[in-house]
Amino acid sequence: MTPLNRNQIAWRAAQDIWDGAYVNLGVGIPSLIPDYIPKDREVVLQAEVGIIGMGPTPKPDAVDPDIFNASTQPTSFVPGGSTFDHTDSFLMIRGGHLDIAMLGAFEVSEKGDLANWNTGDPATAPSVGGAMDLAVGAKAIRVLMEHTTKDGKPRILKQCRYPLTAAHCVKAIYTSLAVIDVTPRGLVVRETIPDLDFAQLQAVTEAKLTLSPDWRVIEAPAIAVTV
Amino acid sequence: MIDKQVASLEEAVAGAKDGATVLVGGFSAGDEPAALSEALLSTGARDLTIVNNGVGGLARGIAALIAAHRVRKIVCSYPRFVGGTAFASAYKSGEVALEVVPQGTISERLRAGAAGLGGFYTKVSAGTLLGEGKETRIIDGEPYVFEHPIKGDMALIGAQQADRWGNLVMRHSRRNFNPVMAMAAAVSVAQVREMVPLGHFHPDQIHCQGIFVDRVVVVDPEPKNWSARP
Repeated sequence: MTPLNRNQIAWRAAQDIWDGAYVNLGVGIPSLIPDYIPKDREVVLQAEVGIIGMGPTPKPDAVDPDIFNASTQPTSFVPGGSTFDHTDSFLMIRGGHLDIAMLGAFEVSEKGDLANWNTGDPATAPSVGGAMDLAVGAKAIRVLMEHTTKDGKPRILKQCRYPLTAAHCVKAIYTSLAVIDVTPRGLVVRETIPDLDFAQLQAVTEAKLTLSPDWRVIEAPAIAVTV
Repeated sequence: MIDKQVASLEEAVAGAKDGATVLVGGFSAGDEPAALSEALLSTGARDLTIVNNGVGGLARGIAALIAAHRVRKIVCSYPRFVGGTAFASAYKSGEVALEVVPQGTISERLRAGAAGLGGFYTKVSAGTLLGEGKETRIIDGEPYVFEHPIKGDMALIGAQQADRWGNLVMRHSRRNFNPVMAMAAAVSVAQVREMVPLGHFHPDQIHCQGIFVDRVVVVDPEPKNWSARP
């Protein structure tokens, strides 16, 4: 079995964004999503810095230094795109106007608690940015992350160890091994990568998993890692 | 006749006092109104509290104030910047205190300060480390924390263009915190790329009205080359 790479995780999550959705993409793996949204769907991307209708990364000769995203990287507008100030941007985020926020995470608990802002390292100033606003404000939070840490430890836990960004907010988790829904009955595995059996998945997941009756295998295209 | 344009950066930031709260616009060190922060050095003001989304970069603007030991505290959401910050070592040594605030809570606290509100309740940070010690109230069955307004003694902001009334137009991603900071400070100073004649702006086009702006100074446009930006 071969885990999904970061781009394939982004591809898989992109397939579940519906036509007409208003979406905010966090830094890390979620920032790869725009390349993989099915071409027949119109998805409107919002950026904290004050853009709705964000377009693709411009070619180097088309970069306008005044058009940047929440990672301070060059971006562009799609036709219909617009800008606004920060109070309107966070009214949009905090007031429940976004359909989905796709976020990276350090850890997610079986209740859908999210930890993605602070590793508790006392030497580093904790940096929350807009993470708490998005986690509380968007209608649905979907997390994209590697299934385990670099040294193989679970990130999907009974309880988060790192300080929380928000409690009970995550609705779905897209990892390098599986797609998992957070439900009132616990974590339900909707999809797994080929040649991975359920016991293997449970072994690298601290929280208890159940298999959905509709469970299927992810058929991801081969995609090279870009970042 | 109203004419808010001043001739020099020194004149633009005149009157900044020790212990002042200074609102600094911009999303990150990349679009900070750095010339204004640096001009604060000439006032001699120290023990400043800086409110910004970040903490500046390595050299310019807020970073220059930190290096000159003028900053006592920073209120921000994201105390990091690609390439590093002058803040990091000042934080480690304990010289500069840090209040981390969720990004939308900063902008809404500024808006409350600007609008004469006594604060507001929000769900953001309730039940987290950043909500600890805050007054909590259950509204419609969910916990909310109380947030106080932020007001500045001075705001240092950036804009693309100004007219002599201090009406401002900002460009694309560079609007961000600039209007609300101008609204939330006793004295608001804008660093602009160019002046335009009164009447040049379409009435529906102005991003920040001159009523919120006290002084305007023209500073050479930032470099256009993306990679050359601080």
